[in-house]
Amino acid sequence: MTITAVIMPRWGLTMEEGTVTAWLVPLGGTVAVGQELAEVESSKLAGTVEATVSGVLRRTIIEVGATVPVGALLGVIADAAVDDAEIDAFVGTFEPVEVAAGEDESSKPKTIEAGGLRWSYLRSGEGGVPLVLIHGFGGDAAGWGFIQGAIAADQDVIAVDLPGHGNSEKTVTDGSLDAQADAVIGFLDALGIDKAHLAGHSMGGGIAIGIALKAPGRVASLTLLAPVGLGDGINVDYLKGFVAARKRRDVETVLRQLFVNEALVTPALAEEIIRYKRLDGAQPALETLLAALLNGQAQRAQYRDKLGAIKVPVSVIWGAQDRIIPPAHAVGLPASVRVETVADSGHMPQVEAADQVNKILKETIAKA
Amino acid sequence: MQLDRDTLAESYRTMATIRAFEERVGADSLSGLIPGFVHLYAGEEASATGICLELGEKDWIGSNHRGHGHCIAKGSSVEGMMLEIYAREGGLCGGKGGSMHIADLSVGMLGANGIVGGGAPLAVGAALSAKTLKTGGVCVGFIGDGASNQGTTAEAMTMAVVLKVPVIFVIENNGYGEFTAVSYHSGGIDLAARAASFGMEAHKVDGTDFFAVNELAREVIAKTRATNMPAVIEVAVNRWHGHFTGDPQAYRSAEELATVRLSDPLVIFKKRVIEAGLLPQELFDKIDGEVADRIDSAARAAIAAPPPDISTVTTDVYVSY
Amino acid sequence: MAKKSMRTAINEAIRLEMRRDPTVILMGEDVAGGQGGSADVTDAFGGVLGVTKGLYTEFGPSRVIDTPIIESAIMGTAAGAAVSGLRPIAELMFSDFIGVCYDQIFNQAAKFRYMFGGKAQTPMVMRSMTGAGLRAAAQHSQSLHALFTMVPGLKVVVPSGAYDAKGLLIEAIRDNDPVIFLEHKAMYDLEEEVPDEAYTIPFGEANVLREGKDVTIVALARMVRFSMEAAANLSKLGIEVTVIDPRTTSPLDTDTILESVAETGRLVVVDEANPRCSFATDVAALVADQGFKYLKAPIKLVTAPHAPVPFAPNLEDAYIPNAAKIEAAVLSIVAAGGRNAA
Repeated sequence: MTITAVIMPRWGLTMEEGTVTAWLVPLGGTVAVGQELAEVESSKLAGTVEATVSGVLRRTIIEVGATVPVGALLGVIADAAVDDAEIDAFVGTFEPVEVAAGEDESSKPKTIEAGGLRWSYLRSGEGGVPLVLIHGFGGDAAGWGFIQGAIAADQDVIAVDLPGHGNSEKTVTDGSLDAQADAVIGFLDALGIDKAHLAGHSMGGGIAIGIALKAPGRVASLTLLAPVGLGDGINVDYLKGFVAARKRRDVETVLRQLFVNEALVTPALAEEIIRYKRLDGAQPALETLLAALLNGQAQRAQYRDKLGAIKVPVSVIWGAQDRIIPPAHAVGLPASVRVETVADSGHMPQVEAADQVNKILKETIAKA
Repeated sequence: MQLDRDTLAESYRTMATIRAFEERVGADSLSGLIPGFVHLYAGEEASATGICLELGEKDWIGSNHRGHGHCIAKGSSVEGMMLEIYAREGGLCGGKGGSMHIADLSVGMLGANGIVGGGAPLAVGAALSAKTLKTGGVCVGFIGDGASNQGTTAEAMTMAVVLKVPVIFVIENNGYGEFTAVSYHSGGIDLAARAASFGMEAHKVDGTDFFAVNELAREVIAKTRATNMPAVIEVAVNRWHGHFTGDPQAYRSAEELATVRLSDPLVIFKKRVIEAGLLPQELFDKIDGEVADRIDSAARAAIAAPPPDISTVTTDVYVSY
Repeated sequence: MAKKSMRTAINEAIRLEMRRDPTVILMGEDVAGGQGGSADVTDAFGGVLGVTKGLYTEFGPSRVIDTPIIESAIMGTAAGAAVSGLRPIAELMFSDFIGVCYDQIFNQAAKFRYMFGGKAQTPMVMRSMTGAGLRAAAQHSQSLHALFTMVPGLKVVVPSGAYDAKGLLIEAIRDNDPVIFLEHKAMYDLEEEVPDEAYTIPFGEANVLREGKDVTIVALARMVRFSMEAAANLSKLGIEVTVIDPRTTSPLDTDTILESVAETGRLVVVDEANPRCSFATDVAALVADQGFKYLKAPIKLVTAPHAPVPFAPNLEDAYIPNAAKIEAAVLSIVAAGGRNAA
């Protein structure tokens, strides 16, 4: 009879500890494989820990509200027949699990000089044509936490902090999608990457399209999550609210528009955003980018008519309940483009529908 | 040499007591038995002892953060001091002051002081009391080379000269204000000369030589007592330890650290007295033994004593809410 | 992101600003340490608790200035340099030493801009160690933020951790008015995630560390930690508290405090300082004045007693507010029920 540890997971490469915010199964409750056991929050992400085996939740070691390192024992699942003493012995001798990418090099941001700027990026996995993940306005590399680890099991994955974001230098040129596309091409040059699969979210999606149009030979496939550039409409209040918000409550209010499940906007996530915005140069960078993104109340850059010219596999993924960029922008795209609408997701399918995004991403990469 | 044999023996006992006290307190501070900051006087014993020998019960002293030696030389109970420094019930300040604030007004000791330069004006005040009340007393304000730079010190010296009060400022120049050498922190000037410029007679003496200190102190204190004219003595001393216990003293060269204890005021005293045939080696050995026993039992008693009663947190504040 | 101690975070803030702005200088007693010593080591200490270690080596004696122990001259020199083109960071080793040099702060630096008809800028920062807990007794342990907060013309920063300390200190250095920056000496070794880059936290913006519906706790510096500890314990009893760290006592984020009391109806102010004419009474007065209609229970203050800081460890431990005292204060007003129930 086996005793199975429920451990604090690692979501994304930078997560080092997490807080149990709720137990979803009572102590002594029966659980099935895949059943949600506990809600956990890290500084950037919130999600649920699922059962990897079926059995009975025999111990809940970590109480709600407690923060423990990745790999720590949260609870114990075992058959009802397993002796209590055996379980106590298991708990007593448990050694925290080394969760992949623990303290190894891939969990640490790397930096490289490109175009006269310091770029920060997370790189993990090995082999294949690299996948480069490009975040959106105000995001960062760590926001791909549910994606990068999953794809990196199969291949080389790079999540970049765009200039003005994350740990990269807080300097942007004119902030246009065109200039940002040039900058990312420079970043690929610096890393010696001739060709890459690109996945871009929102503003990052627009940048990815820009790269595919400018340097078609450099792009193996294109996966666009709720990208800019495919229509006029965009939630200007969100963008301006994000730039203006200073206090955590204001940031929380703004961020809730990103998700269907607004509970994903934790105080910790909002705090992360505020801390980013306080960095020297971040606020001016956001203001420059915002000015470049908008033309009055509409999006400035329009790639809709050019999408058909891209000869590599292109997938577009849109949350059906996106409140930032209308999902209608996914309608009527060229037939060469695979369009997937995700039912229970807002503007952040890489968080709210990570499994589906991973599946589509893998298929798009495979098609190349 | 005018001192009789008993006085010589007692003077040695005082210096030996200061030395043993500081060694014990230093060790127990490093091992964590004594809480808080501890600044040791070891190496400077001849200064406090040679000067306080010329003071009586009606006389006062002011002190500073390096105050254990002043306290002992002025006649405070070693046992009461130990209790205080170990933060115990029955300590000289009830465990509320500690090493840096040890005080014993019953013997005319105005208190150690946590504020550099805090003590000099207080010494002027005690001298004003002595003059006004016609007690015949004087006050010696012990300050360091660092404190000699403070505005409070300059103001105190000015006040003393203006009021013509019987205060003697003793600048114990041990070469360092905390971690900074006197050559830097005082701009290389002559501290006694600066003090003299306020309008006082100023003197300098070698603080490793008990007899030199004592003879000068006798003369200066007698004159001040008779005339109410303030005066200054700069005593050149060696600080054997760091600014506080645990100071790694990276700013002192290996050579300095190796030689700073060569001019040991206790050794110099003994040599002079034995060579003059005034006291035998055996007596010094006997005193050393008695002092060691006294310090050890005082420290043990302090360690064994209970901490102060919690209710005393709010006593002696004049007003309670 | 790397975890850094508050000591490292403060050092980094000064270092980054000194690199960015050549007019920023640092001065104080032994901020380098060892000048004139026989070992010829000129960066021996970096302040008595090592906070400014290494800055002398990078910036040299013209920008990292060891001074004699002459606090009035340190503060006055900084104020004079500030109105004439430099941006000094002047260290007062222990905030208790303000007694020696208060004039230069409150009559001089604090008054220039107003008294000179708005024509003067005094971009100086006075950094100083504050707080009890090191058995340093009555003259090295006080919490004197109220002494500065009461003076018009001073901004007063009281950080509660490494992250806030760095961002608030950079903000303080860039500020064009005199800023008093008080570092709790018992918190230097506490580590938090701190970005390598420069960042600023605006003054007058409280940090809401935890939100709960039952009671609002307002606390400063080390008391924020104790309040969070109390909040975790109270949560187990089913009592959810909001913990607000104003970060700066001047300017004070009155909106955040009042908004929270409007939601909870109950206020506990935790202050390591003595109870009279204090930050605690100030916040209590604010809420009594502007938030009386929200209150369901009396305002409770958890402070040190009206006494100097004692030396003996057991006395000092009894003196400093702690989680148990905070919990008791919260329970006393939650258990009391409604405003008319008492």
